[in-house]
Amino acid sequence: MKMNNFGYLMKEGVRSIFSHGLMSFASVCVTVACLIIVGSFSILMYNLNIMVEDLNQTNEVICYVDSVYTDAEAKSVHSRINMIDNVFQANYVSREEALKNFVADHDNDAAFQGVDPQDLRHRIVVVLEDNSRMEETVALLEEVEGVAMIDAEFELAEGFTTISNVLGVVSTGIIAILLIVSLLIISNTVKLAMYDRKNEIAIMKMVGATNGFIRFPFMVQGFFLGIIGAGLAFGAEWLLYDALVTNIHEVDALGLFNFVPFVDLLVPMVVTFSAAGLFVGIFGSISAIRKFMDV
Amino acid sequence: MIQFTDVTKSYTEGNTALNGVSLQIEDGEFVFLVGPSGSGKSTIMKIITGELKPTSGQVHVNGYNLERMRKRDIPFMRRTLGVVFQDFRLINKMTVYDNVAYAMRVIGAREAEIKERVPYVMDLVGLTGKERRHPNEMSGGEQQRLAIARALVNNPSTIIADEPTGNLDPARSFELMTLLQEINNLGTTVLVVTHEKELVERFDKRVIAIDEGVVISDGMDGYYRYENE
Repeated sequence: MKMNNFGYLMKEGVRSIFSHGLMSFASVCVTVACLIIVGSFSILMYNLNIMVEDLNQTNEVICYVDSVYTDAEAKSVHSRINMIDNVFQANYVSREEALKNFVADHDNDAAFQGVDPQDLRHRIVVVLEDNSRMEETVALLEEVEGVAMIDAEFELAEGFTTISNVLGVVSTGIIAILLIVSLLIISNTVKLAMYDRKNEIAIMKMVGATNGFIRFPFMVQGFFLGIIGAGLAFGAEWLLYDALVTNIHEVDALGLFNFVPFVDLLVPMVVTFSAAGLFVGIFGSISAIRKFMDV
Repeated sequence: MIQFTDVTKSYTEGNTALNGVSLQIEDGEFVFLVGPSGSGKSTIMKIITGELKPTSGQVHVNGYNLERMRKRDIPFMRRTLGVVFQDFRLINKMTVYDNVAYAMRVIGAREAEIKERVPYVMDLVGLTGKERRHPNEMSGGEQQRLAIARALVNNPSTIIADEPTGNLDPARSFELMTLLQEINNLGTTVLVVTHEKELVERFDKRVIAIDEGVVISDGMDGYYRYENE
């Protein structure tokens, strides 16, 4: 392809979007529909993963400090725990605070009014970054001087890890299948659009057009159809997601569902939708016309 | 120059379309290729245009050895040919002007060259003033002249016309042949595939007759000999 053809071929690519309007419309509609389905499922899975992660964070490890340690000594244990790998957050709770919390948890029952805080231990409540590594982290915590006893719910952590892993595998699998099916549907639609033009391609070949010369306008057309489809799908996804989240928040008085705001997903969504739109647009067109090129 | 040396073409289904065909068409010649349906005429055309490869034998077209030619060189070989089909094969969504200009754009011609050359060939084929029309708004004869204009625009050394008068009435057919003869007089080699005896007889040209994949006669009295074989 010579450079003095560039403008002409660009113009031809854009013009063919309108001269084959119905097929362009069909390609864009299918792209939008498929991207919305894949996008919605991906966001749903992402939110579910976040919710499971949040629940997992509530599974705390409690390190009880040696009962002979003073408040200052217990705080130094807290500092050492904070430096351990996989410790996301460590909160120091003195024996006085522990007693207050205990009584509060039991509806300020008068039966506990006489309990002496000295009967309890200072403690550090630890939230882990990754609960699947709870066992190895607890082993490190046990080695910290001054830690007398540890209370950790290994089974709960394992349960959350299993749910998280299963969710990860299932969502990856379903998204991959949806993506492949979408790509096939879109590429088939683009192929149908291109089939409409096989005679035109044969004529181009017969007058001596190179494959590059024939392909370029189709690529331009595919680029624009892909980007239009991706843009529309992105806008629709945003509106749908916001509407859904607003409706769920209205009925979810207990705040059980904590959805990630769409603006937080803006960059990955823009990148993914654009990449998917461009991929199916450009490569769909190229693969569709390939078999007509062999004339 | 077009040269076939002992060319055989067999299809995968087992039938042989060409069986040891040898022929040579010199630069500047006007040749009719005649024969009944299924005789192998179209196979010869398709081999010349690079759509088919011979099973065996050698084919040279305007300096290209088709046996050794790389796939990516086929477009460049085709640019030495101007091909005219019975069904015109025009792009209906393009205007008459763009159908002709397209063949020049394909080879990377500049707009200034296109603006100069297209009106010239449009005038040559008698289509001046119809540049803004679309092919499907024209008569069969006009469409075929447009196809000839497209074939001519890059000044190819050879024009190949496959049953160019198949969709035209006798008067338009004669006009078209006269046009091809005029083009030949300017030095372009012309190969016309046809089975219209009357038309061939009105032009005193070399006739190559082919039947069942074999050249059965070749000469100025080719059609007569073909009919009497």
